[in-house]
Amino acid sequence: MAEIINMPKLGFDMAEGVLVRWVRQVGEPIKKGEVLAEIETDKATVEVESHFSGIVLQHLVDPGTSVPVNDPIAVVGAAGEVISNSSLVSAGSKPAATPVSPAEKADTPKTEQPAQSLITNNQSPVVKASPLAKKIAREKGVDLGAVVGTGPGGRIVRRDIEAVISHQSSVVSPVAVPAAAPAADYSTTRLSDEATNTTKLRQAIGRRLVESKTTIPHFYVTHEYKMEALLELRKQVNGYLPESEKLSVNDFIVKAVALALREFPNLNATLQGDKIIRKGQVNVGVAVTVPGGLMTVVVKDTDQKPLRVISSEVKAMAARAREGKVKPEDVDGSTFSTSNLGMYDVEDFIAIINPPEAAILAIASAREVPVVENGQIKAGWRMKATISVDHRVSDGAEAAQFMQALAKYLEEPVRMLV
Amino acid sequence: MARITMREAISQALMEEMDRDPSVFIMGQEVGVWGGTYAVTKGFYDKYGPERVKDTPIAENAILGGAIGAAMVGQRPVAELMTINFAFSAMDYVVNQAPKLRYMFGGQFDVPLVIRAVGGGGRQLGATHSQTPDAVFAHFPGLVVVSPGTPADAKGLLKSAIRSNDPVLFIEHATMYQVRGEVPEGEYLEPIGKSKIQRPGKDVTIVTYCKGLELSMKAADELAKQGIEVEIVDLRTLRPLDMGPVLESFKKTNRAVVVEEGWKSYGVGAEIVSRIYEEAFDYVDAPILRVAQKEVPLPYNRALEQAALPQVPDIVAAVKEVLK
Repeated sequence: MAEIINMPKLGFDMAEGVLVRWVRQVGEPIKKGEVLAEIETDKATVEVESHFSGIVLQHLVDPGTSVPVNDPIAVVGAAGEVISNSSLVSAGSKPAATPVSPAEKADTPKTEQPAQSLITNNQSPVVKASPLAKKIAREKGVDLGAVVGTGPGGRIVRRDIEAVISHQSSVVSPVAVPAAAPAADYSTTRLSDEATNTTKLRQAIGRRLVESKTTIPHFYVTHEYKMEALLELRKQVNGYLPESEKLSVNDFIVKAVALALREFPNLNATLQGDKIIRKGQVNVGVAVTVPGGLMTVVVKDTDQKPLRVISSEVKAMAARAREGKVKPEDVDGSTFSTSNLGMYDVEDFIAIINPPEAAILAIASAREVPVVENGQIKAGWRMKATISVDHRVSDGAEAAQFMQALAKYLEEPVRMLV
Repeated sequence: MARITMREAISQALMEEMDRDPSVFIMGQEVGVWGGTYAVTKGFYDKYGPERVKDTPIAENAILGGAIGAAMVGQRPVAELMTINFAFSAMDYVVNQAPKLRYMFGGQFDVPLVIRAVGGGGRQLGATHSQTPDAVFAHFPGLVVVSPGTPADAKGLLKSAIRSNDPVLFIEHATMYQVRGEVPEGEYLEPIGKSKIQRPGKDVTIVTYCKGLELSMKAADELAKQGIEVEIVDLRTLRPLDMGPVLESFKKTNRAVVVEEGWKSYGVGAEIVSRIYEEAFDYVDAPILRVAQKEVPLPYNRALEQAALPQVPDIVAAVKEVLK
């Protein structure tokens, strides 16, 4: 019995995903739960598992194709099964294909057609274009996929192709116009401009942060923390731990933030119209640099987890994120985000709030600096952190008090162990 | 060049051919003493006498059977059907005998017959006398079907039809006898089986014939005011069909509307559109539309009859639709 694998919905706002890579090729066996393909969503690259065991009979989309949620992407079934086209059309919501084995159909020609040939016309989304538009595009080498159709129903017609062609030539033509007086060229090597396509992740970051920075009234409070005790404790604790389990400074900070948020539920919140929803859970997000952008992995119930658990979870999620194999639950549900640039010797910076959260903490480097204590200048370890807060939710005083509460944990880190 | 009516042009053609060739004669209901239902043969009886202008009983199969027989023995009869709807009473002669005799008898006989038939609606003659069944007749190989849209073509094509050794169904439109146009005097022949561009344009092609030409010309005038240049191809002959100018025009404009007075289903438009898709698929930039008669028996009531027939605004709307 052949089964259809659909584009999964990984997150409430996911509308489509890009099929990045087929992990299992056509003809290869696959077991239920094994990875079939990798897809890229707005948030992450994730693995799609097969819900069925059998042979991969058919890939229905090409890598690089954007596929709406619940649309079929592959067929898994028994070797030699033939899939009828019509069953795929209706397969969008129900994963029920109707396989027709050649033996059942008396009028099936003797030459058995491979499953592929019966469904190839389902493989690529149909570009609606008039025959004339297609012909001109073919002759002029215009990619129909890149042309916007202005005919009825978005059909690409001759004028659309001609517009693309004339645009191309108009873009090229200025080159022929002689420049006024070319400056002497002193450089030995000249690098030309380079255009790169933005990834879906980059686009998503752009979209979300433009919305955040332009609609949320941010304000910022910076606090400097004494880090000697925390660094000393970390050294001590790590002495007991194997290399792979050693705690980072950030692990302590994440835990400290979670405990401080328990005292300031207003900053662990979401603004919804006229209401502030104070979240029952404290899920601290940790921004992770990944190829092509950054992602926030989330430690669920951060306030209730021991440091070692937080540490191992962040490690595992960050590793998955960097490999582009993050799971949907890794990136979902944060109630407050943190961004740590400590490893880059940063004195201080500010972050943009990650909607729908109410605040974000930007953590700079712990540095050895001259400090004044009791009128004496001496060396000390200090770390600055800046909180960005949605002014619709909270005010400077509350934010400042939060930063003080955070100091309580960071400067007396034993509190985090009890 | 004289500006005369369609009626006068047809009359001229008949008279010239009768003067030129004594084997040409006319037969039909009321063609003689009365001068023709549409007054086309007025004066013919007096000029040529009852031998060459024969009044017949109301029996279409007798008219056509007799005409076919005369044609087979070397005469050139022009048989007139008061309306094309009466051809159904003589259907066997029209589609089964006249077009097939040469073939069935191994070329021993030609049938140099012209059947003049009046077709079309718009004169409140009721559902059975107002039809435009041109496509029915154009379906049969062996029968030449001609249907002119201008007085000049009517003259030139009728003269060619009379001289042709093939049976020709010559369809005139009941509402077009008063249409005027420039018509060359004297010997003037138009070739059968040749479509013609009646109006040049660059934006869209209208393919039509007969009454459709008159309507399309008016639609083109209206569209020209809106900056749309319509090219009109007049088929003139439905069989054998000349697609040359149609395809040439379509390859230029890439968009077309077919206008016919008959019903849309299985009609002339269906044939033209199919051929464009078959022969110029790579030039299609928009679906080709058909303007035709509504799929009802033509009503007697004047308003309803006009509503069922294709009209100028229908053509204008279709042209704008294909230009989207």
